[in-house]
Amino acid sequence: MPVREIDVSEITKAIKEMSMEANYYLPDDVIKKLEEGLKIEVSPAGKAVLQQILENDRIAAEEQLPACQDTGLAVVFLEIGQDVHFVGGNLIDAINEGVRQGYQEGYLRKSTCHPFTRKNIGDNTPATVHIEIVPGDKVKIIFAAKGGGSENMSRATMLKPADGWEGVRDFVVRRVIEAGPNPCPPIIVGVGVGGTIERSAYLAKKALMIPVGVRNPDPEVARYEEELLELINKTGVGPQGLGGKFTALDVHMLMEPVHIASLPVAVNIQCHMSRHKERII
Amino acid sequence: MTEYKRLTTPLTDEVVADLHAGDNVLISGIIYVGRDTAHKRMVEAIKKGEPLPFDIKGAVIYYAGPAPAKPGYPIGSIGPTTSYRMDPYAPILIELGLKGMIGKGSRSKEVREACVKYKAVYFAATGGAGALLARRVKSAKIIAYEDLGPEALRELVVEDFPAVVVDDIYGNDLYEIGQSKYREIEL
Repeated sequence: MPVREIDVSEITKAIKEMSMEANYYLPDDVIKKLEEGLKIEVSPAGKAVLQQILENDRIAAEEQLPACQDTGLAVVFLEIGQDVHFVGGNLIDAINEGVRQGYQEGYLRKSTCHPFTRKNIGDNTPATVHIEIVPGDKVKIIFAAKGGGSENMSRATMLKPADGWEGVRDFVVRRVIEAGPNPCPPIIVGVGVGGTIERSAYLAKKALMIPVGVRNPDPEVARYEEELLELINKTGVGPQGLGGKFTALDVHMLMEPVHIASLPVAVNIQCHMSRHKERII
Repeated sequence: MTEYKRLTTPLTDEVVADLHAGDNVLISGIIYVGRDTAHKRMVEAIKKGEPLPFDIKGAVIYYAGPAPAKPGYPIGSIGPTTSYRMDPYAPILIELGLKGMIGKGSRSKEVREACVKYKAVYFAATGGAGALLARRVKSAKIIAYEDLGPEALRELVVEDFPAVVVDDIYGNDLYEIGQSKYREIEL
């Protein structure tokens, strides 16, 4: 297999465009599920909120406005074919340049700051970048704009192996109840169980990139997803935490083997503004 | 159809006394936009005996950080941010006369107690409805802390800004009331 050269300027251009598109246009699967939610929600306050959200998402798309003012930290997943050779500059610099251009030209909010002085960095960099090397000569880019309100409600912990699936299940459901209105429900819940603490957190975030309604191909994990979704929608949290039956659009779980001593679990919460775009170069 | 109570800022004790958890409101007039770091600076100013950048008596603060305005728009998308981060700063502002806070999410016991003691209300706007809510903003200007960028303190003129009363002066909390009504499981 010959090496395929890709100029990193192509990555910059893709990231710039995707950052704007992600923030203006909510994915079809999310809109469709919100419309379904409006039909099944029984709480009047919950229904009113869902109507506002759908109206908001329509205005954003029509006028190319950020659907939410929190246009997120830029999270980029790259699946790089092992036969690709990047030329023309540093790949990570190219990604950050795409973020810089997209957030400036797209009228998106710049939300990165120094952890302690809280001084704004000014261009929404750096992006959080996850890279996987895969077979082939293509590059798959997923761009996600991750809001702070829902990210703040996310948690990771190390359970005891004896806690089992029930321990994981209760940790996830309890987190949704404790988060309550804060992460802007209806939410999407990403669950990661596997490897080490950081691997579980990564899997939880990656799970959020799966479209609403798509189940894990492993029937065992798919059952866990369905059980969690049913329980979460019985918590009563409801749209915006005002009470109701439509608390989550979906639950996605990714699972891998763990250490014989450990049962790590991470819950990454995504607000209804599930903004991500995918592109293959 | 949802029924709304129309409010004009600044708010008075009488107006606040008529608001109950669950009431839908439409707010018009001047509101101030401030979030994390602006609150830290305001409370530091109070502790040093310095004046605040605006008159706190009867004021309404909106916890938000807008997106930049596109040409031709008074402001970019502007939905509420999560309020608990302002909990350490809110009680002293309430004691000084702040009458309304708009945000999203639960407040601390201290904030709810201050709402009862000094007669203030906490409203929620719909989180993630930034493009929709921006349409209710007629004008916007930065009045302090410009160096904070999206976190700068802003004065907005709003018309019929939609919100719901979460915490009233009688100690009620809409999140507790609403969620317990629909909860089917216990952990």
